[in-house]
Amino acid sequence: MSDIIKEFKIKAGDFDHAGESSIEIRNTLKSLGFDADIVQRVSICVYEAEMNVVMHGGDGTISMTVDDTAIVLEVKDDGPGIADINLALTEGYTTAGEEVQQMGFGAGMGLPNIAKNSDHFDIVSQKGNGACLTMRFRIHK
Amino acid sequence: MKLSDIKDILKADVISGEDKLDIEVTGGAASDLMSDLLRRPKEGALLLTGLTSIQAVNTSVIAGMSAIVFVRGKRPDKAIISHAKKHKIPILSTPFNMYTSCGRLYAKGLKSITWLP
Repeated sequence: MSDIIKEFKIKAGDFDHAGESSIEIRNTLKSLGFDADIVQRVSICVYEAEMNVVMHGGDGTISMTVDDTAIVLEVKDDGPGIADINLALTEGYTTAGEEVQQMGFGAGMGLPNIAKNSDHFDIVSQKGNGACLTMRFRIHK
Repeated sequence: MKLSDIKDILKADVISGEDKLDIEVTGGAASDLMSDLLRRPKEGALLLTGLTSIQAVNTSVIAGMSAIVFVRGKRPDKAIISHAKKHKIPILSTPFNMYTSCGRLYAKGLKSITWLP
């Protein structure tokens, strides 16, 4: 398979459209014939990541690359960054406000869900300098 | 259990997806917290929730859920109904609260959805 690259823009605070890119990614992977298991894991991770950008980040982008060995998602934003990444990875820790919690998010489950459902993930962030999350899913042949 | 059985047990109104009442529901999940539902439920779960935001629909699509029942007579607004139609997720509304809704379904044999490791 030749590489497939798709890119989506995410707008901070746009709760009405939050999740649409993730649904499109899910539909793309389904139409490419990936099995339900990997489609669900990728969809959950990218949806959590998309919500994180909408809730906490500045504007951002999601880019997806698919090759013979893996599906790789990179989610970048120019938001306030993560002050303490280890703390952000702790289940239950959140900096989300009330508006976000009324949407059913902001319970400190996002990054732990991503950690659980991806084969490999990495976050690079500094306070004041945005964040870049990379998630990798192995393709079993 | 079929969605039509769920409609009867919960005395629910079908807000959209009248043509999908014969789909099979594989188990139940109940929460207002979307991230709780994004641990990996087995495909085909019924979602019971009091959260009528667009994210309830998106979470159902992402997690491969079969239908949504809004509890305590809640009804989502038009934009959310059309979003659910677009993504082919049937939505119902029951007058029962979350606790009673779960109890009624459980008593009739609809068990909790299993969560994948």
